[in-house]
Amino acid sequence: MKTKLLWLTSISCNGNAHSFLNYPYFEQFLKDFEFIYHPILTSTNSFEDVINDELECDVLILEGAISLEYKKFDEPVINLIDKYATKAKKIVTVGTCATFGGIFKNSGFAHTTGFHFDEDKPIHLFNCMKNKTICISGCPVHPQVLVDVLYSIRNNVKIKLDKFLRPMEYFAYTVHNGCTRNEYFEYKVDNHNFGKKEGCMFYEHGCKAPFTRGSCNKILWNEVNSKTRNGSPCFGCSEPSFPKTNLFKTKKNMGIPENLPLGVAKRVYLTIAGVTKAFKIKRFEEELF
Amino acid sequence: MSTSKIEEKKQNKKVRIMRGALELFASKGFYNTTIPDIANALSMSAGNMYNYFKSKDVLAKEIIIFISKYLGERLKEINEKDINTKEKTKEIVKVYFETAKKHPEMIDYFLRVYLSNREVFKDGCEGITCVNDFVMEIMIYFEEGVKAGNLREQDFFSAFGLFMGYLGGMVFLKGENLLPKELDEYIEDISYNIYKALSI
Repeated sequence: MKTKLLWLTSISCNGNAHSFLNYPYFEQFLKDFEFIYHPILTSTNSFEDVINDELECDVLILEGAISLEYKKFDEPVINLIDKYATKAKKIVTVGTCATFGGIFKNSGFAHTTGFHFDEDKPIHLFNCMKNKTICISGCPVHPQVLVDVLYSIRNNVKIKLDKFLRPMEYFAYTVHNGCTRNEYFEYKVDNHNFGKKEGCMFYEHGCKAPFTRGSCNKILWNEVNSKTRNGSPCFGCSEPSFPKTNLFKTKKNMGIPENLPLGVAKRVYLTIAGVTKAFKIKRFEEELF
Repeated sequence: MSTSKIEEKKQNKKVRIMRGALELFASKGFYNTTIPDIANALSMSAGNMYNYFKSKDVLAKEIIIFISKYLGERLKEINEKDINTKEKTKEIVKVYFETAKKHPEMIDYFLRVYLSNREVFKDGCEGITCVNDFVMEIMIYFEEGVKAGNLREQDFFSAFGLFMGYLGGMVFLKGENLLPKELDEYIEDISYNIYKALSI
């Protein structure tokens, strides 16, 4: 029997719905899952049915930030969320907006938040549903991560979650983990030029990978690459504090980066930095090829 | 005797040797002082001295680390105090001058040996590695000052040079007997000047 999915969007750009279309094994996926409603894909029901009927669904997928004010076809989306969240066996928030509020906290609707969190603060609106929610943050989420989570739900596999209800399989790591520029990070070489393979971008170019949790360098995008491998700094899109400004410049206070690698105390960081910066390593100053 | 006790005893002895060496360097000059001179001053055999420091260069490096740690620990205490940047500035000036008064040989070594004989320190003391404990606390003082909105954001070394160059210069003048007053009589004015120069 196929697992029934209902994909509801609230205040959203549909970025996660679009990103999901890049999943390369869609045919196989649709043999096991059925969209009873999806905003972009052909699905069994119309949005009108979603509003007027009480459709059966196993997993409610939520995309976009929520606000009591926000309506679609005169229907407060929050009512739809409430109706289907109560019935669904599991709820999955996709994207940073649905998880923490994200960029749509600036949308102008009153009290815009994520489903269970307002940035990093828990909210109580849907508290009773916390034990059946899994949050996947990211702007957008990686389709593989979403599919893996859905299959885990389908197969009753227990998913270990972090304090933001995110699957630890993907969010226990930092984006820095697996970055091909790690040698440059270790020896504090940020001679990076955009589009080039050399240099770490943490020291000058705003890369947030060492303090951002996510799987970008564990599960590559389009199965080939990641932002940091490709030479663009990580913007920290899976974190409660996303979005930020001045993304291409490392914020420093008299030479010390304002955000240090996760869990690394300032004196530890400075001691290591003091040592590594004292040495010049020729290989890291040169082009790779 | 347990291994840690033996280590502790050895460490204490090393500190005694370093203190003895510092005094000799200050009075006779770094290049004019030999390992046998230091051993002699401490009533040790030169052979035994080599059990603690394999060469004068090794001793020279360990001394600068020792001084950096000594000052670093005092600055860390200041950084961890719940006081504002202005007060911290004054406390740092105070600690630096107090050290210069209590252990003039330490600051003398820093200025006249470490900064003036870079060739001795080129292997093993690259960059700021041997003075990291001290420099790190100054970095933290600056960083916290900027974060608190008190100090102006700028390149670390332009601020560091202003602060430490000033203090070092005053201690140097004192060492040359060119200052008409005691160092502590300048604390108020100097910390005011530094804070004014670095603040927003």
